[in-house]
Amino acid sequence: MTMNDDRLDRIVGVVLRTGVILAAALVLVGGIALLATHGQQVPDYHKFHPQSTPLTTIGGVWHGAIHLEPIYLIQLGLLVLIATPVVRVITCVAGFALGRDWMYAAVSLIVLVCLLASITISGL
Amino acid sequence: MLLFSSLVFLAATAAGFIGSLTGLGGGVVITPVLALLFHVDLRYAMGASLVSVIATSSGAASAYVREGFSNVRIGLLLEIATTCGAIVGAVVATHTPTAALSSIMGVLLLFSAYSSTRPHPDHLANTADPLAHRFRLNGEYPSENGIKKYEVQGVKSGFSLMFGAGVTSGLLGIGSGALKVIAMDRLMRIPFKVSTATSNFMIGVTAAASAGVYLRRGWIVPDVTMPVVLGVLVGSLIGARMLSGAPVKILRYLFAAVVGILAIEMIYGGITGRL
Repeated sequence: MTMNDDRLDRIVGVVLRTGVILAAALVLVGGIALLATHGQQVPDYHKFHPQSTPLTTIGGVWHGAIHLEPIYLIQLGLLVLIATPVVRVITCVAGFALGRDWMYAAVSLIVLVCLLASITISGL
Repeated sequence: MLLFSSLVFLAATAAGFIGSLTGLGGGVVITPVLALLFHVDLRYAMGASLVSVIATSSGAASAYVREGFSNVRIGLLLEIATTCGAIVGAVVATHTPTAALSSIMGVLLLFSAYSSTRPHPDHLANTADPLAHRFRLNGEYPSENGIKKYEVQGVKSGFSLMFGAGVTSGLLGIGSGALKVIAMDRLMRIPFKVSTATSNFMIGVTAAASAGVYLRRGWIVPDVTMPVVLGVLVGSLIGARMLSGAPVKILRYLFAAVVGILAIEMIYGGITGRL
């Protein structure tokens, strides 16, 4: 299989579209479920509550989402959305490496390291 | 909550619609609208805005990539600068009082209202930066007169400004599209269409770099973000369909006026400590 820029462009396009559609579907389903069950509740967004909740960790969100809790389904959708550009960069690393374009495989890899650092280093 | 979600959805749809019609990106007005009109805490508003920016960028980029305007190499090389900048910006944001953040955002909004009404002449350079050759950044794009080639200049200065664009993106929860376009269009002399398409492509990756920090700090809350993301997506899809035949010039000035008013409100809110 040969890998050229056009082909990589097309694959990247598919990755982006798939990510957005999947994320939107999760947010929509979770949103409808949330409004159907908690629609009458008066929420409080005016003040910032800085506590750490399961919603702020990937594991916590996943755990809530597999139990089909609406609020966690929405948050899972948002995580999919945030992950979409990361997957795009991974696709570029693989694509350039397959095309033996080592310079741009390295460039994409540096971008990927920056992205993963921001997600995994909890001190930031 | 039903009422709140419906109203925010409508506002976000309008922002996404006008944003994609005028090419300014509706993300820049999301935070002020949520904070000023709906009295959402600035941090939650910035989190919602940042996520919606990723949504529109990824949605629009998939179309741009197909049309062959965006330059993946330029995008990736500059993303090294924007992602590092975004992490710095996001970390600084978590240690900055909201009054200061809203004032900074107001100033940036004023700037983008001003720059959006300026014309964008294409100025192609004849000589490329040697670095552009080394990194194989020079490319071609489809224009009315067939395929056009372009040479890239000012790689170092463009790269530096991109770091600044990343910092702004992380600091304020926006896409920083305007700054990215300036770096590519003015400093690197990349054709305007290629600059905007590549900028759109980069916005998602840049925003994803600060999203991790925002998420851990609890700035991304699902019930606020849900109507914003869906609205902006729907609005920008409708906008992209209607691109031909819309009175873009009038919309541009109208949008600039709205952004200007929001900017002054943000600065005022910041100074008086309301935000």
